[in-house]
Amino acid sequence: MSANQPPLSAPEIRRLDPVLGPGHTYASVTDKIAAVVLTRPLGIGWLAGFTLTFTLVMVLFISVAWLIIKGVGIWGINIPIGWGFAIVNFVWWIGIGHAGTLISAILFLLNQKWRTSINRFAEAMTLFAVACAGIFPLIHTGRPWMAYYMFPYPSTMGIWPQFRSPLIWDVFAVSTYGTVSLIFWYIGLLPDLATLRDRAKTRIQQVIYGALSMGWRGSVHHWHRYQSAYLLLAGLATPLVLSVHTVVSFDFAVAIVPGWHTTIFPPYFVAGAIYSGFAMVLTIAIPLRKAYGLEDFITMRHLDNMAKVMLATGLIVAYGYFVEFFMAFYSGNKFDVFLAQQRLHGPYSHYYYALILCNILTPQLLWIEKVRRNVAALFAMSLVINTGMWLERFVIVVISLTRDFVPSAWGRYQPTFWDFSTLLGTIGLFAMLLFLFVRGLPAIAIAEMRELVHETHSEQDPE
Amino acid sequence: MNEHRSKIFGVMGEFTTPEQILSAAHQAREAGYKHITAYTPFPVEGLAEAIGFRWTAVPLLTLIGGIGGGLTGFGLQYWVAAITYPINVGGRPLNSWPAFIPVTFELTVLGAAIFAAVGMLALNKLPQPYHPVFSVERFARASTDRFFLCIEARDPKFNLAETARFLQSVSAEHVSEVKDED
Repeated sequence: MSANQPPLSAPEIRRLDPVLGPGHTYASVTDKIAAVVLTRPLGIGWLAGFTLTFTLVMVLFISVAWLIIKGVGIWGINIPIGWGFAIVNFVWWIGIGHAGTLISAILFLLNQKWRTSINRFAEAMTLFAVACAGIFPLIHTGRPWMAYYMFPYPSTMGIWPQFRSPLIWDVFAVSTYGTVSLIFWYIGLLPDLATLRDRAKTRIQQVIYGALSMGWRGSVHHWHRYQSAYLLLAGLATPLVLSVHTVVSFDFAVAIVPGWHTTIFPPYFVAGAIYSGFAMVLTIAIPLRKAYGLEDFITMRHLDNMAKVMLATGLIVAYGYFVEFFMAFYSGNKFDVFLAQQRLHGPYSHYYYALILCNILTPQLLWIEKVRRNVAALFAMSLVINTGMWLERFVIVVISLTRDFVPSAWGRYQPTFWDFSTLLGTIGLFAMLLFLFVRGLPAIAIAEMRELVHETHSEQDPE
Repeated sequence: MNEHRSKIFGVMGEFTTPEQILSAAHQAREAGYKHITAYTPFPVEGLAEAIGFRWTAVPLLTLIGGIGGGLTGFGLQYWVAAITYPINVGGRPLNSWPAFIPVTFELTVLGAAIFAAVGMLALNKLPQPYHPVFSVERFARASTDRFFLCIEARDPKFNLAETARFLQSVSAEHVSEVKDED
């Protein structure tokens, strides 16, 4: 392989950071990752973070309990703005939940080695984000205990769901995505659970990891079927992850509301989902590698690559915003033209300008290599993009609903304390689950890291 | 002799690199052993072929799951929308199949994914809490940095002393007897 490639010149070698720090062996990567779960004592940082996020989960519980007691009237929603924060937050969370499966499945099929150390916690992040997302449509129904009406089941009333409705497609898309992501994650975890089982020191650890690993022995038959199943799951998850946000965008695009009824929605929703998902992976990866000393595994190469993916998907999103405007004026439809003007000059225009600043202008700094290699700057950028993507959904939901076809149907939307407390509560739930995850399960795929050690060695030493 | 033999599951040799176990597996096949299994901390390319294991039913099961899921999805929607609960919306066709594609697609993926995962576990006979190889103390390192080649006692060519000597001759670092504690 190296024979027909010209040798890299010195500056090129310097720029290609390794995906794995130097000097690692099978045992050293295993020790380092397993120690975070098995032996490391709970630090003050973890306890403080867990306490804070646990408090926010209590805020979520109180908000939802009050909602169930009083009804959705405690939110700022009204007629005509029936969707409000609940749907904004749902779309935001489900978008964040896209990066995990994308990294695991699509980058796996494309044979991108740098995915190896970030795929596990990105998948966990996906599951937690989908869990947070699922809360919102459920409580937005007003009577969450009736949610089973959305599933097709033979009832004595003889009624069935309307399968021609995008809202029912959404039920199937999100629940399938949650299930398949969980399966994919668990199958990937199996060999690592066996590693933890074999290294467990206490009886409790042995029983828990022993049961979860199902008796995995790493025999050649196991691995052969495992690899076949993993590849197939990756192949299945790839169209699935693209379909989920497409179906979410249908919730809007199939309606005739101005600003929603456009064909650009599916691709630009998917790009936006990947954009926010990678931003959230960075938000988590940067503190994680610092706190547990994993800089050898999550290297600058990973951060740089993720920044590049954000830059690319951010440009697709920018193109989507442009096409929305272009089509509004090109179509000549007066409602679409009016809505475009409302985005720029209406009562919610400051949200729109903040969105352009967060999602389009600021991320252009990622063209500069120094910014992509500055950990603090990347962390700040990831927070800005997450905010921007939330604003995007706010702009889409609220501006269109407040400026319908006839002025008599226009309205205003003012979120209340409970809107914010529920959003904050789900952020707390998401973060708390991540805190539990990093101490309960290996945050980096150990078996895949060993494979990476093997590949790295055979590259350096071709015999 | 026979009684003693029934208590032995096989003989296991320990190797330190994937290259070593790969060559040992090839030599074991050449020496005429049939019931060989290798245990590795990560998948080693070519090892399955080396011990003569190629075909797996996982892709076929996945295909069956996918087809089953898709047919279920479309069938359910057709039956609901056209047969049991028909709603006339301005005379539009009841079997409005383009609107049924998203759910059909989702259930295809769901069926295939469940069959792939459960099929893999079932073919691997998991969950299986006990296996004779776990009784070897050194085997705990099979999930970290050691590669094990086990020649099983049910192999017609198996002979405790001779097989152990064979494993040493293919440069196993350590050879241990695997007892079946049934």
